[in-house]
Amino acid sequence: MALLSKDDAQAILKKVLSYSKADECTVSINATQGGNIRYARSAVSTAGEVTDTSLAVSASFGKKTGTTTINEFDDASLQKVVARAEELAKLAPENPEYMPLLGPQTYADSIAFSSKTAGMSPESRADMVAQSLQVAKEANLEAAGFLVNSSGISAMMNSKGLFAYSPESSVDFSVTFRNREGTGSGYVSNQYNDVSKLDTLALSKIAASKASMSAGAKAIEPGKYTVILEPLAASDILNGVIRGFDARSADEGRSFMTKKGGGTRLGEQLVSDKVTIYTDPLNPELPGDTWNNDGLPIKRTTWIDKGVVKNLSYSRYWAAQKGVEPLPGSNTFIMEGGNSSTEDLIKGTEKGILVTRFWYIRMVDQQTMLLTGLTRDGTFYIENGQIKFPVKNFRFNESPIIMLNNVDELGKAVRSGSCILPPMRIRDFTFTSLSDAI
Amino acid sequence: MTTKQTRMKRRDFVQMAGLGIGGLSLPFMGKELPIEALLDNPYDTALKKQLADIALNAAKTKGATYTDVRIGRYLNQFVATREKKVQAVVNTESYGVGIRVIADGCWGFAATNNMSKDAIADCAMRAVAVAKANAKIQGAPVQLAPQKGFGEVSWKAPIEINAFEVPIKEKVDLLMQVNDAALTGRASFINSLIFAVNEQKYFASTDGSYIDQDIHRIYPTFTVTKIDRATGKFETRNAFSAPMGMGYEYLHPRAQDKVPGISTRYKMRYDILEDVKAAVKDAEDKHKAKSVEPGKYDVVLDPTHLWLTIHESVGHPTELDRVLGYEANYAGTSFLTLDKWESKKFNFGSKLVNIVADKTQAGSLGAVGYDDEGVKCGKWDLIKDGILVNYQAIRDQAHIIGLKASQGCCYSQGWDDVQFQRMPNVSLQAGKTKLSVDDMIKNVEKGIYILGNGSFSIDQQRYNFQFGGQTFYEIANGKIVGMLKDVAYQSNTQEFWNACTAICDESDYRLGGSFNDGKGQPSQSSAVSHGSATARFNGVNVINTARKI
Repeated sequence: MALLSKDDAQAILKKVLSYSKADECTVSINATQGGNIRYARSAVSTAGEVTDTSLAVSASFGKKTGTTTINEFDDASLQKVVARAEELAKLAPENPEYMPLLGPQTYADSIAFSSKTAGMSPESRADMVAQSLQVAKEANLEAAGFLVNSSGISAMMNSKGLFAYSPESSVDFSVTFRNREGTGSGYVSNQYNDVSKLDTLALSKIAASKASMSAGAKAIEPGKYTVILEPLAASDILNGVIRGFDARSADEGRSFMTKKGGGTRLGEQLVSDKVTIYTDPLNPELPGDTWNNDGLPIKRTTWIDKGVVKNLSYSRYWAAQKGVEPLPGSNTFIMEGGNSSTEDLIKGTEKGILVTRFWYIRMVDQQTMLLTGLTRDGTFYIENGQIKFPVKNFRFNESPIIMLNNVDELGKAVRSGSCILPPMRIRDFTFTSLSDAI
Repeated sequence: MTTKQTRMKRRDFVQMAGLGIGGLSLPFMGKELPIEALLDNPYDTALKKQLADIALNAAKTKGATYTDVRIGRYLNQFVATREKKVQAVVNTESYGVGIRVIADGCWGFAATNNMSKDAIADCAMRAVAVAKANAKIQGAPVQLAPQKGFGEVSWKAPIEINAFEVPIKEKVDLLMQVNDAALTGRASFINSLIFAVNEQKYFASTDGSYIDQDIHRIYPTFTVTKIDRATGKFETRNAFSAPMGMGYEYLHPRAQDKVPGISTRYKMRYDILEDVKAAVKDAEDKHKAKSVEPGKYDVVLDPTHLWLTIHESVGHPTELDRVLGYEANYAGTSFLTLDKWESKKFNFGSKLVNIVADKTQAGSLGAVGYDDEGVKCGKWDLIKDGILVNYQAIRDQAHIIGLKASQGCCYSQGWDDVQFQRMPNVSLQAGKTKLSVDDMIKNVEKGIYILGNGSFSIDQQRYNFQFGGQTFYEIANGKIVGMLKDVAYQSNTQEFWNACTAICDESDYRLGGSFNDGKGQPSQSSAVSHGSATARFNGVNVINTARKI
């Protein structure tokens, strides 16, 4: 029963709610099915298929809440799971931050499901991987990659009449090509909702070309450089930024969004006026969730407009404390770009470093969002508008906030993982040491 | 250690996030149940054997030449609090079966939470279908190291108090005392947590093993935050506890397990109430601490810090799957290539450096009787007198390094993920001659003493790394002269371990560890301990991490 229809999900949730004697009750279903192939040393290493469905019940008496789940769907099991949640609620301590449930809401229909992705089979996955392996064979390179698809539904109903339902699917593909000598490595990675947009052959050719181009890297001195970040590298480093747009931690004084002397940086010019970042769950290239687990609708929201902080996310509890409307955060974001390609950005660069991707990024200082990490799988020196030679990987220590203040030019935005963002040229990016890793 | 939320697991995460615990970023899985249901184990070994045999037979009928079946019940419990509030009391359970086969020389895997006999037989057949679909793009057939069957055997972690039997109220009360102590001490915020894990794993294979195991882990921890509103700055200090392969006894303090010093540190028992008071003072002192002058220092690393450096720079590069390229697309490969091992003279570190792999150490996170492909666990040298001598292998890799049997390093995080090579406990052996931390510091002219783990990052072949910490003390002419902040050190693995000039003796040996080491695609989490005594590394490059935004 991995892919429940809206009517079937609604019928099950209604039945479960009918068993509840609690003051308030929320019931949700998650169902997924999917499969994957992992390959390395130019052959399949592991592959599998997994299905799972679960039902969660949260029952509340006053401010005391208990939650249980089950994955059997006969009537006796459904009655049992509600009774257990109610028992646990009676044993739980009061949560002073408990918020009464929301009533019915209006949500946009999710556009995140693709029947083509849901229909993938062991054979279709094997065929897609075979194309990638063929590239390795022809180029005499070692391939290691991963293809995974999953599809499912989420649905939620509560005792105040709220009902939400979304189907979703996704397919992820990534591959690393390395030359036999171990002196060159190239990588691509992307995620789609609709598998017909995924071309494992074309992506594999890009990774193979990077593997060949990156062989024989030279060491150059670490220091401050102009960098061109490909969309993958930019998404690696900017992924955590929007998650930091949380009002509560800023108000509490423990965030990069905290203002000296108290309060938040809402309304301040935080980064370059070239930067505009928003979320939009109905973007066809990056469809997202249209509701969150509080039952709040997720709508198009601007976080940074021409460098100014426009919004911070507020949980229902924190919004009530501050007397504002709640605003859900987002797992996806879109950063506006221009019209140039990565090649155009390279042509316009006198001296700089082209970065394919970053690796092992960790927060060094939450106060400034200082991050450290390394370049990986294709780093190149640019002079007079041309790629001159591959360079050894660098470790960087840089804050994305400082980086977004040093934007020189943005290219055309494209999807990379869970964001849409442009390739970008950044001034004074801080590399602090060299790595021998390839 | 790497973490990446995969799409398949995201839904579990989102569902749990709805319970108000999403921000805690814990490696949880499974569904939730009240505690009484957790203690009532409905699945006896006779039933599990019957279900396993159904899978073994179904796979064989479809043409599998090898099959293993893992029936797993994975329990997590956590109590999470902040200040005077309990944020979440959560019990989770995940029960299901994962079936792995070799058919036409290729691996296949399928898993289901439907435990009916028909569904299990169907799952076994799907595993065979996956193997056969991939056989046409497979290179060389899988070559398994031989493994004798053990018949029906069992193994239980030697715990004293099952954390799942300790009432929720006792845990809530303890954490509320911890939070009160922090707030009384003028902390701005405190988050505290007790996390307990129980893996009930049943393994059966066509080699003739039926292995029942009961594994326990516990991790009590907190973060104290101290805000200075005027400057807009904040400082934090995390607990000096370690996640352990133990029961609730870890939270019952014992004098002989306390290590006195500039901060009290702990061996096999932890005093959380004592540590939180020290943490508040440390967080306050960090506001006043001197920002470090970048340059070369001799660093003295406490086991609360050094475990993570061992994990990243020794544990990961000696994983054979990385060496061979199986992780090339995700975690990366390794600079410890086979030629270095074959030479028998690769100087990984100084002669003082002896590092062992050990799946049997009592109280450690990695201790089990048998691994997840039915291999009995043991202990072996990785680095002997500074020389690379061995790796960490599983059954389908053993032949590549000329081993006749697997080293027992196979693990899966749950029934629904395929098992693969994971790190055993990897530990630096204590020094053989008597040496205390005080005596070690007396000999340091210009140094930094580092406690606790902070930010960590290392490249994909494990050469270049950067580590922070929780507290830093400046050493000048053999004495600690004050606290430092904004400290991180950068080094190269081989240079670093060759700069190891002293290791304290056995009396200072302690375990640290990770509850959620990430590797594999789809990414899986495993728990692993790393023991060491305090060690000194000369001439390490220290950077200043302060910035203005």
